[in-house]
Amino acid sequence: MVVELYLDLLSQPCRAVYIFAKKNNIPFEFKDVVLFKGQHMSEEFGKVNPLRKVPALKDEAFTLAENTAILLYLSRKFNTPDHWYPSDGQKRAKVDEYLSWQHTAIRAQGSKVFLIKALVPLLMDKPFPPEKLEGAIEELNSTLKQFEEKFLQGKLFIVGNEISLADLVALVELMQPVGAGYDVFEGSPKLAEWRHRVEEAIGKELFQQAHEAILNVKDMAAAAAQLDPQLKEKLKQLLQKNLK
Amino acid sequence: MGLELYLDLLSQPCRAVYIFAKKNRIPFEFKHVELFKGQQFTEEFKKVNMLKKVPALKDGPFLLAESTAILLYLSRKYNTPDHWYPSDIEARARVDEYLSWHHTNIRANAPKTMWIKVLIPLLTGQSLPPEKLQEVMEGLATSLKQFEEKFLQDKPFIVGSEISLADLVAIVELMQPVAVGCDVFEDRPKLAEWRNRVEEAVGEELFQQAHELILNIKELSNIQVDPRLKEQLTPVLLKMLK
Repeated sequence: MVVELYLDLLSQPCRAVYIFAKKNNIPFEFKDVVLFKGQHMSEEFGKVNPLRKVPALKDEAFTLAENTAILLYLSRKFNTPDHWYPSDGQKRAKVDEYLSWQHTAIRAQGSKVFLIKALVPLLMDKPFPPEKLEGAIEELNSTLKQFEEKFLQGKLFIVGNEISLADLVALVELMQPVGAGYDVFEGSPKLAEWRHRVEEAIGKELFQQAHEAILNVKDMAAAAAQLDPQLKEKLKQLLQKNLK
Repeated sequence: MGLELYLDLLSQPCRAVYIFAKKNRIPFEFKHVELFKGQQFTEEFKKVNMLKKVPALKDGPFLLAESTAILLYLSRKYNTPDHWYPSDIEARARVDEYLSWHHTNIRANAPKTMWIKVLIPLLTGQSLPPEKLQEVMEGLATSLKQFEEKFLQDKPFIVGSEISLADLVAIVELMQPVAVGCDVFEDRPKLAEWRNRVEEAVGEELFQQAHELILNIKELSNIQVDPRLKEQLTPVLLKMLK
């Protein structure tokens, strides 16, 4: 049996896993878990990941959650090219450093802008005060400054001349605010150039394909309009709580 | 020049790095960065970690931030016993899984107790209403329930019968609420037993030594906090006060 990957490409970590598997010709079964349909709450999915989050992996009896853990597992099991997670001790440490830092930095701030700008208008009865979005954008911008100065510096990619898991995980996160209509690359030439290099290393076609859903706001609005009322209520509470 | 570790043992990720290095007899120079004195803002430290955070590592010209990256780097460079980061691919994935989940769960929730009980009163001279602490404890309880059910289950340690980096990173974080009087192990026998096993695997003496400072945090109530630290903490503070 091939590896099963449980994904919804609206989710940024799912896109990282999807792109990585496709790019490296890893055979897998795409198990659709449509978040807007609440499929992550199903009995069946609960057995794969009791945390009820995507991405999740199932390899025979072995199940695994958390995107970075899945990426590392796949890189080891399928012995993917060294540049993704370099065997050089210092380079590898730099990938680890980024993968750790991003959780509460790029991932947290980028998602927040997406939630406020894209999901709040679709789900909430009344909009948030504009200061909310402004504050989130400001935080994202200071995080992006750290990203450029500490991680990217003057290099082509985060660990030097070749793409690694760090670049992949970073870029899918930064496409989330872009999908919501806040282009983080505008007015930031260094970041924009890095994005082009990463897209090219992945392959434009694969990159576009993985991002089709998130870059199509209309479809997202249509999906949100058909949300199960109970799920909608749950999502609203979640948004309210997370965006306090 | 040998390995330098920049640490303040009040910080939980610093304790993980300290315990790991000591336990594995990794020779290093302890560079004390006193957070309350604002030593993370010095020009000298900024050259080591421009994010102005501890722990940080300097190994010759090589610099590294982020506790999990430092732990992994040390485990590879010093070829520490396999159980810390097992070579078995599934066991290793379990460690990675925990280390990732940890950031926005245990690590995000546990330190809030410290904020409410010690840091906010220290920085503002005021206490928060008790509902705030209750809210934080509820968030932490949710994370701990997931920790027990998804990660620990009925195993002695997170990946099975031996201690790994995952257990170490988890325990140092959970000692933060303990230090401020929110004993998360009380009423959680399974968690308490796990704690005993981890302490034993680390060595009681080393564990105590690493936690001496934090377990006496209340003695710090008269400390003068560096104004730059106050400034750095203000955004977090405002969020907590809302």
